[in-house]
Amino acid sequence: MRINCPVCGERDRREFYYKGAAVALERPAPDAGEAAWDAYVHLRENPAGETRELWYHESGCNGWLVVTRNTVSHEISGVALASEARS
Amino acid sequence: MRVEGKGLIDRGQEVAFQFDGARYRGFKGDTLASALLANDVRLMGRSFKYHRPRGVLTAGSEEPNALVTVGSGAAQEPNVRATVQEIYPGLSATSQNRWPSLGVDLMGVNDLVSPFLGAGFYYKTFMWPKSFWEKLYEPVIRRAAGLGALSGENNADRYERAFAFCDLLVIGAGPAGLMAALEAGRAGADVVLADEDSQMGGRLLGEVEEIDGKPGHVWAAEIIAELEAMENVRLMTRTTVTGAYDQGTFGALERVGHHKKRRGDALPLECFWRIVAKQSVLAAGSLERPVAFRNNDRPGIMTAGAVRAYLNRWGVSAGRRVTVFCNNDDGHRTVRDMLAAGVHVAALIDSRHDAETVPGVRMFKGAMVSDAGGRTGLEHVTIRSVGGEDRIQTDCLAMSGGWNPIVHLTCHMNGRPTWRESIQSFVPSPDAVPGMHVAGACNGAFSTTACLREGVEAAKRALEAIGVKAADVALPAAEDGAYRIAPLWAVPGKGRAWLDFQNDVTVKDVKQAALENFRSVEHMKRYTTQGMATDQGKNSNVAALAVLADVTGRAIPETGTTTFRPPYSPVSIAAMGAGAQGKGFAPQRFTTSHAASVEMGAPMIEAGLWYRPSYFPRAGENTWRESCDREVGMVREAVGVCDVSTLGKIDIQGADAAKFLDFVYCNMFSTLKVGRTRYGLMLREDGHVMDDGTTARLGENHFLMTTTTAAAGEVMRHLEFVHQGLCPELDVAFVSVTEQWAQFAVAGPQSRALLDGLLDAPLKDEDWPFMACGPVALGGIAARLFRISFSGEHAYELAVASRYGDSLFRELVKRAEEMGGGAYGMEALNVLRVEKGFITHAEIHGRTTAFDIGMGRMVSAKKDCIGKTMSERPGLCVPGREQLVGLKPVGEVKQVTAGAHLFCAEDAPERENDQGYVTSVAYSPTMGRMMGMGFLKNGSERHGEKIKMVDHLRGIECICEVTGPVVFDPEGGRVRG
Repeated sequence: MRINCPVCGERDRREFYYKGAAVALERPAPDAGEAAWDAYVHLRENPAGETRELWYHESGCNGWLVVTRNTVSHEISGVALASEARS
Repeated sequence: MRVEGKGLIDRGQEVAFQFDGARYRGFKGDTLASALLANDVRLMGRSFKYHRPRGVLTAGSEEPNALVTVGSGAAQEPNVRATVQEIYPGLSATSQNRWPSLGVDLMGVNDLVSPFLGAGFYYKTFMWPKSFWEKLYEPVIRRAAGLGALSGENNADRYERAFAFCDLLVIGAGPAGLMAALEAGRAGADVVLADEDSQMGGRLLGEVEEIDGKPGHVWAAEIIAELEAMENVRLMTRTTVTGAYDQGTFGALERVGHHKKRRGDALPLECFWRIVAKQSVLAAGSLERPVAFRNNDRPGIMTAGAVRAYLNRWGVSAGRRVTVFCNNDDGHRTVRDMLAAGVHVAALIDSRHDAETVPGVRMFKGAMVSDAGGRTGLEHVTIRSVGGEDRIQTDCLAMSGGWNPIVHLTCHMNGRPTWRESIQSFVPSPDAVPGMHVAGACNGAFSTTACLREGVEAAKRALEAIGVKAADVALPAAEDGAYRIAPLWAVPGKGRAWLDFQNDVTVKDVKQAALENFRSVEHMKRYTTQGMATDQGKNSNVAALAVLADVTGRAIPETGTTTFRPPYSPVSIAAMGAGAQGKGFAPQRFTTSHAASVEMGAPMIEAGLWYRPSYFPRAGENTWRESCDREVGMVREAVGVCDVSTLGKIDIQGADAAKFLDFVYCNMFSTLKVGRTRYGLMLREDGHVMDDGTTARLGENHFLMTTTTAAAGEVMRHLEFVHQGLCPELDVAFVSVTEQWAQFAVAGPQSRALLDGLLDAPLKDEDWPFMACGPVALGGIAARLFRISFSGEHAYELAVASRYGDSLFRELVKRAEEMGGGAYGMEALNVLRVEKGFITHAEIHGRTTAFDIGMGRMVSAKKDCIGKTMSERPGLCVPGREQLVGLKPVGEVKQVTAGAHLFCAEDAPERENDQGYVTSVAYSPTMGRMMGMGFLKNGSERHGEKIKMVDHLRGIECICEVTGPVVFDPEGGRVRG
């Protein structure tokens, strides 16, 4: 598997650390309520299809990336810096 | 039998080798299989289950029968295919799965009781009594059924791994692959051409065929020479591309040293490659399949293409009276080549009534071979035709049931092959692997002309995809015959007809599976074991599912195939894990004081990848405890020196650095003054403690964070995530400086005196209160000093650039020893911190909260921070949770052990009565007793209570008094003094 790091270019997956769904970027406000925090910390989708997930280029530029990846075809359709990918 | 004038072997170079202790001679260029056949050795192995005598079936890596063990002792390698192993002077191979010898195998008794050993036999028979399975049945079955064995010794062979990158990877160097590489090479693309054989050319080496008026192998040699001369083309022989993975990554195994006598040279045995290719051309060829008929596994019965290859490439006739049995025109070539070489062909049996007549041979049309005789080697075959039965004396039967394209790699990414009726086999589905173009026989194109043409076309498609202009490559003239075939999978009749030679699976077994309703091809595979082991069904898959389709009344495409998974052919774990054994698996990190510590006799212990001194033994000390107790005493009474460089050090700078720290730490850092240090607690977003450490404010916008040794990497990742992912608007940046600074704790009442003698200027009291930090100098060198303490003593940590670490450590130890102190190790460090109730990851193990460790009030109410919201969940901060306490043994037994559980004194020590557990223990020489730290339900309210500690594993019970976590100097006067 190869990830096209926006800073370093295409690199082998062994250079990256995997964190999980990009939901982690959508941190609720402190007073958002139990349900919002429960969803943020604990609830994750498990889709057969497109996912947005976080990878850390630990052996490269230390950039946190949002990788859009299809869990069925393993196709990667987009890679963006997490700092620029927040909605 | 060697045939004069045939073959591409070097008859000028004789090679002596051994098989099962007997000496033989072959020629350079021989495989073990070809050399043994040349010496009239037909019996090469015993079958897996029935111990049937077996000879070589094929001439390639798909070989199911001729598996041998090469070498002996630590270097012994089992299950080597004799068809792949090249001979070299001194090669010694032995047969497998037989006892006492290949010729007389007493395990052959299995064959006599075979009616009871069919598919599913194990599942049904060895059911009870249950306990017999592990102790009796399984060991016996494992001994009787099997492949080769490992030596059990550590393999000293070297393995390597490597990476390669290219525009185009061409897999297979037959006519299609060579043309693809030529096209791409001439176009200027970076090409890797990989072929699993020792020599490139593919089928051209095994056939009598002309390309552009030259013998096929000569044409191939010319193309290879041209490719070799190109700087942009890399040729890799003996390299099997084993798997296709995401984004153009391929795994490939290069057998670097198997064909050489390896004695102490630096050559690796194998190299595992990861090849990244923008595009790929699959030109893997095809495999001939056998026909199932009674006793079709006799040694001497081979695929027709293999018989041709042995003749044309290795100059070996596999028999003296050859018979050919086929259902397609390709088998006729074997007759033609054998006759041309002067080998006697006894008969040609073609199952097709309308087969073309082949001159010069007795031909049976519309006939089938229904039986074969000869226990350890073929002696005769029975031919059944409309006219009745004939028996023919023969010592070699060349059979062809058609050819199966090698679709494997196209299926590694979920692709399923497509059935093509005209060739009675599966071909790759289009675009099964992104960027892969399939060409030649593996695409179902069986004529040489078609292979050459498809090779060029595939390369052109690949070049177009990467924007390289195609070169002009003329298509050479070659054979363009049609491939005609009539399906024939199994000859009807009684007796056992083998489908899968390697796993002893017969037509009957597949029918039995269907009868017992294992109708799905995946179920049939697992019930019969068809398609498993080293050949992974390369010789049997299509025929087995054709039989299954027939029995279940379905069409073949409807029945489907099993899943092809990597690797294409076996890859040793050692090759895949090359570089990751021993120190490669766990690299060593050494501190700058390592050499000095080892010189002082300190046993070094692992702390993650780091190595740290356990203790520093002195003359007269016989146990670690004696040294440890002395070192603790030194720190409490004089001065100790300890390397603390392994703690993570993260340099944090930026206008918003303070604001950022307020967000990642639960307590406040923006209020910290420049020149001061503060203890910080970091939470995970779920409210549990992540890590702790001190952070120093070196400047208004400059902080130095320390983390625990264990969590240094995790914290760095976390900081980057919080910044980039949650607050990228903040102006702050991080860099790990763990390796850049050597840092030493100087602890004890004499620490100040030691430093005053060492530093360029003595420390002023008013500048250096507890938790102060700042720049100092020693010997003209800039250094950093932190007045922090992990021992509870008046202490400092002195940091210098790493290159000065070794000399500074030696100097500190020397001065400390002069003052009645010295170096202390991890044991003493641990005792000192347990005496003070300081936590480590034994306490903050991922399930504890700030509340649990008595630091609940550190979570600042004035600001948000990571983990704050979730730490306020009712369940995480209520009395009744297990809270940090100290444990003091007060009963007869004085031993406290880590991992032991806590119970109320009157309760039975059972799970439902569990009150908590012990996390850290040490003997305190200061207090003269054992002490423990642990978590106890509602512990902060229970100080003074007697509690029962039970260590079920070690069988220890100890009554303890619950105390606060701090045993020594609870007021903290010493650290400030």
